[in-house]
Amino acid sequence: MTTMTIAKAINEGLRASLGADETTLLMGEDIGALGGVYRVTDGLQQEFGEDRVVDSPLAESGIIGTSIGLAMRGYRPVCEIQFDGFVFPGFNQITTQLAKYHARTSGNVTLPVTIRIPYGGGIGSVEHHSESPEALFAHTAGLRIITPSNAHDAYWMTRQAIECPDPVIVFEPKKRYWLKGEVDTQDPGASADPFSAHVVREGTDATIVAYGPLVPVALAAANAAAEEGRSVEVLDLRSISPIDFDAIEASVRKTGRLVVAHEAPTFGGIGGEIASRISERAFLSLEAPVIRVGGFHMPYPVAKVEEHYLPDIDRILDALDKTFSY
Amino acid sequence: MTVQDTAVSASSLTVQERRELLRTMHLIRSFEEAILRDYHADKAPAWDIGAGLIPGEMHLSAGQEPVAAGICAHLTRDDAVTATHRPHHMAIAHGMDLDRLAAEIFGRETGLGKGRGGHMHLFDPDTHFSCSGIIAEGYPPALGQAFAFQRRQTDRIAVAVTGEGAANQGAFHESLNLAALWKLPVVFVVEDNDWGISVPRAASTAIASNADRAAAYGMPGIRVEGNDVEAIHAAAAEAVARARSGDGPTLLEIHTLRLWGHFEGDAQGYRPELSTVNEHDPIPAYQARLVADGVLSDEDAAALKEEAVARVDAAIGFAKNSPTPQPEEALRYVFVEGA
Repeated sequence: MTTMTIAKAINEGLRASLGADETTLLMGEDIGALGGVYRVTDGLQQEFGEDRVVDSPLAESGIIGTSIGLAMRGYRPVCEIQFDGFVFPGFNQITTQLAKYHARTSGNVTLPVTIRIPYGGGIGSVEHHSESPEALFAHTAGLRIITPSNAHDAYWMTRQAIECPDPVIVFEPKKRYWLKGEVDTQDPGASADPFSAHVVREGTDATIVAYGPLVPVALAAANAAAEEGRSVEVLDLRSISPIDFDAIEASVRKTGRLVVAHEAPTFGGIGGEIASRISERAFLSLEAPVIRVGGFHMPYPVAKVEEHYLPDIDRILDALDKTFSY
Repeated sequence: MTVQDTAVSASSLTVQERRELLRTMHLIRSFEEAILRDYHADKAPAWDIGAGLIPGEMHLSAGQEPVAAGICAHLTRDDAVTATHRPHHMAIAHGMDLDRLAAEIFGRETGLGKGRGGHMHLFDPDTHFSCSGIIAEGYPPALGQAFAFQRRQTDRIAVAVTGEGAANQGAFHESLNLAALWKLPVVFVVEDNDWGISVPRAASTAIASNADRAAAYGMPGIRVEGNDVEAIHAAAAEAVARARSGDGPTLLEIHTLRLWGHFEGDAQGYRPELSTVNEHDPIPAYQARLVADGVLSDEDAAALKEEAVARVDAAIGFAKNSPTPQPEEALRYVFVEGA
């Protein structure tokens, strides 16, 4: 066990994957000498060379598209997209090409491409640097989408994404890059399956499902609720596509109440999909409607007011109150 | 930029090479004629694009055979080709198996992608061929394949094809810069058939030749006029040699001819030169030239065509006699199975 930040854990995951398989290579903007704007790739170009850690032009479509071609010819490319909003110039390649080749060819082509995207707000920045576009990608079949909330998962999800034969997008909670945690680089333990949800706090009265940057917030809300005598279970969703509905259903069958929290706007978001599926699968176990907590349906606000936009402990507690008072 | 004008009067090609170019063009045309027949056969009386043996859009390449024949003559099956929504000519010239190509177009189990890709999504691991219905989006994956070939220090190359309409897309320009920057073994091919569906080139593109755009990315640009297979062959020889020897990419724009509609069912009312288009059919012209040059007799030429038709008939027969996919197949292949 080693204590490290999420950023360092991803760095170590990339280092381990680069060391384990010479077909793994990194591509992205400023990932070489600079080590990425968040220093996630710090030192990797020095260690593995410019051929393995490739500084690319500002050209997201080219980065993704080149990675597709490399993957077609036996490589395992890992693309870093500098900020969430910068992925959109590459959206076409991701949704019309990367996600589709395997199905289009009835399995003849596999594309083990990993796309790392720092996402979410809370860093005092503006739109394009603070967004949570995961639902846009989750809507596209053929992409696997995962997001770590802690350093151990960050290490293993990085490695698992690179080893996965399918395209994987790893949404990295940029606000939490400096959050420290224990990492076991020898044994993933319960994190062996990146596509499963984890119960990170057990409870009996209500369930909160959260992922990425909001998992610590959900835990804090659950702790606050405990002071009022409520026993709240918290699930770290971990995988946004596919979603581990079995785990959510099992928790809801136990607690009878569900709150889903994410930074992305609730409109058309992952929370709506979870609410809908759980109402289909466990309607008679629900004591109250599923409540969503998320961003508003508006462009990401300016830094001075983003605290009013981002879900916080109070908004999650309000949602819990709603489910308890229904 | 250099402009290579129409006819190379005294051919530098061997008799065998010239026969082969004609043979390839006949094979492509025969294939497109056969698809045309079966595509329209059961869409009448009320024309229904979703009906029939071959449902959906169909973009045929008649008239553009010289591009495919002239370029692919320099390629081996190890070279990658990424093509467009109008891909049959490139696929056939690059050596794709006709049976599996036909079966894919007919949506059968024996097709390249078990009928799942259809005529705009032909993926063939044997000839390293792929294509996309989203214009210009085949360029970036071609770069990646070229990057892989370069990294492994092979002399394999990638050929990336678009139409002139796609040369106004961002992916086109991004790709040219990346390929030149990394000196990738790529030949970029722009098929200028004068029309982006119904919009004439002059209404879509600010300059007369896309080959001029090559200069902006520090690579050679060549525009080939005349839809002449031997001129195309000569220009491609240069571009392919440059890529194979590690000297980087070339942009080739080839002024060709869309003999038929953008898609089947396109009445082409927007096209003022429609009544005289057939006069510019490149295949009879090239055949007449080879006969005049004594490369082959009229009988030899007729035999080439018969041979092509027979091969195509066999492929179409194979497709029609192949099973259609089972309904449960529709839900497969979203992800790698068993992973």
